[in-house]
Amino acid sequence: MTDNNSPVDAPLVKIRNLSFSRGSHRIFDGIDLDIQRGKVTAIMGPSGTGKTTLLRLIGGQLRPDVGTVEVDGQSVPQLGHNKLYQLRKRMGMLFQNGALLTDINVFENVAFPLREHTRLSDRLIRTLVLMKLEAVGLRGARDLMPSELSGGMARRVALARAVVMDPMIMMYDEPFTGQDPISMGVLVRLIRSLNDALGLSSIIVSHDIQETAAIADYIYLLSGGKVVAEGTTDDLYKSESAWAQQFLQGEPDGPVPFHYPARDFTEDMLDLPAGEAN
Amino acid sequence: MLDSLQSLGRKALNFFQRLGRGHILLLQILAGSHTLLPRFGLVITQVFSVGVLSLLIILVSGLFVGMVLGLQGYNTLVDFGAEESLGVVVSLSLVRELGPVVSALLFAGRAGSALTAEIGLMKATEQLSAMEMMAVDPVRRVLAPRFWAGVISMPLLAAIFSAVGVIGGYFVGVGLLGVDEGAYWSQMQAKVDLHEDIYNGVIKSIVFGVVVTWIAIFEGNDAVPTSEGVSRATTRTVVHSSLAVLGLDFILTALMFGD
Repeated sequence: MTDNNSPVDAPLVKIRNLSFSRGSHRIFDGIDLDIQRGKVTAIMGPSGTGKTTLLRLIGGQLRPDVGTVEVDGQSVPQLGHNKLYQLRKRMGMLFQNGALLTDINVFENVAFPLREHTRLSDRLIRTLVLMKLEAVGLRGARDLMPSELSGGMARRVALARAVVMDPMIMMYDEPFTGQDPISMGVLVRLIRSLNDALGLSSIIVSHDIQETAAIADYIYLLSGGKVVAEGTTDDLYKSESAWAQQFLQGEPDGPVPFHYPARDFTEDMLDLPAGEAN
Repeated sequence: MLDSLQSLGRKALNFFQRLGRGHILLLQILAGSHTLLPRFGLVITQVFSVGVLSLLIILVSGLFVGMVLGLQGYNTLVDFGAEESLGVVVSLSLVRELGPVVSALLFAGRAGSALTAEIGLMKATEQLSAMEMMAVDPVRRVLAPRFWAGVISMPLLAAIFSAVGVIGGYFVGVGLLGVDEGAYWSQMQAKVDLHEDIYNGVIKSIVFGVVVTWIAIFEGNDAVPTSEGVSRATTRTVVHSSLAVLGLDFILTALMFGD
């Protein structure tokens, strides 16, 4: 599934000097990042660091202000409409809330990409869909509507839909948020086993440390628009970076301040002008 | 002073940006519409949801509007001994004006608001984003079928509105008030011109169909993806498309019938 121009050992996704802003808020400030083929790579960081934005930049839904985003040797921001859509056929993305189409049932949701992009017979589509639903344990839920599913089930259906076209890369946007422990365990195992069984490359965007660290081959920690630490799980736990330690240990205060910037507490409580509290 | 100037400038800029985005979206829809030809079932499904499901309100409103026209027309005409022209008054009012305009206003309220809410919620729940990432262009798959369904449905609904209105006028004029049945139909047949009246009415309803559906789809697609954003977009659809229909009606009437 690799592009002819792209050697097999080259990173599947190569991001260089990427900067991106929304209005006056700078989300990324010159980050470099590689996603290796066949690996599970995690992008971690506190909420609001632009992890989801990064997935949208890789998927071509957003364009960077500066820098390059290459997927399988192709520069995503420079692709025209048709080439971008061709590339997306080889990408799968699991959205945070599943993003299932609410007017069709579970079976049709998983069959949707096949019906849109292939001319396979109904019989073959049925076989493929049931295989993917079996993999996520929801073959029996094929006739349910999305509104009848729990959050965890919806995410598993969305996962089946995301892999139904056998993509080369899977992107997971906060896959563990809001999951009960059983669903969480199921998802963790599924992501790892799908990656290995289907020969995918996976990107997990998350702030759930334990679950992500358990299955990630390589982790990038983002904060303040920059990559503040990177490495394998062991590397990061051994890292001397105060930022990495604060994030991994879940400490409330450190390089990432607990308090949102505000004026002096005493001044604020007494409603005094700045500098008069003392 | 400076603040209000700044705010005025910001509003004007915002207005023109939205206008630009609206036109770009319309061009994208038109450019992507050729992909619908082999999959016309997508349009038919939407014709059902925006057109067929609007039938009841169109039928009931058309009937009552026709009945009121029959009653008011009779009361005015009878003073001049011209009550036999009731058929002409009812049919011309409906075919030229009330049919296209009232059905477009009802269409904006019933189907336009539903389109905006549906598309806005699809955006808020990331369904449109998910389609993009599945390499399915939402403009072609979701917006274009809805646009063409609106354009096809509107003239049909206006025609049904006018036809039912004529029957409503007949019930009141002929059935209740005793206007001669032969005169009601024959004068209508003699005075209503296919080109001058019917075609112009159809052109109006097609224009209204394009404008109302375009506004509804744009507002949905441009909605801020929150519940409040979708609610505001739905309100804007009804207000803007109603005003657009009434304004365009004046312009079209002046062009068509103003000598």
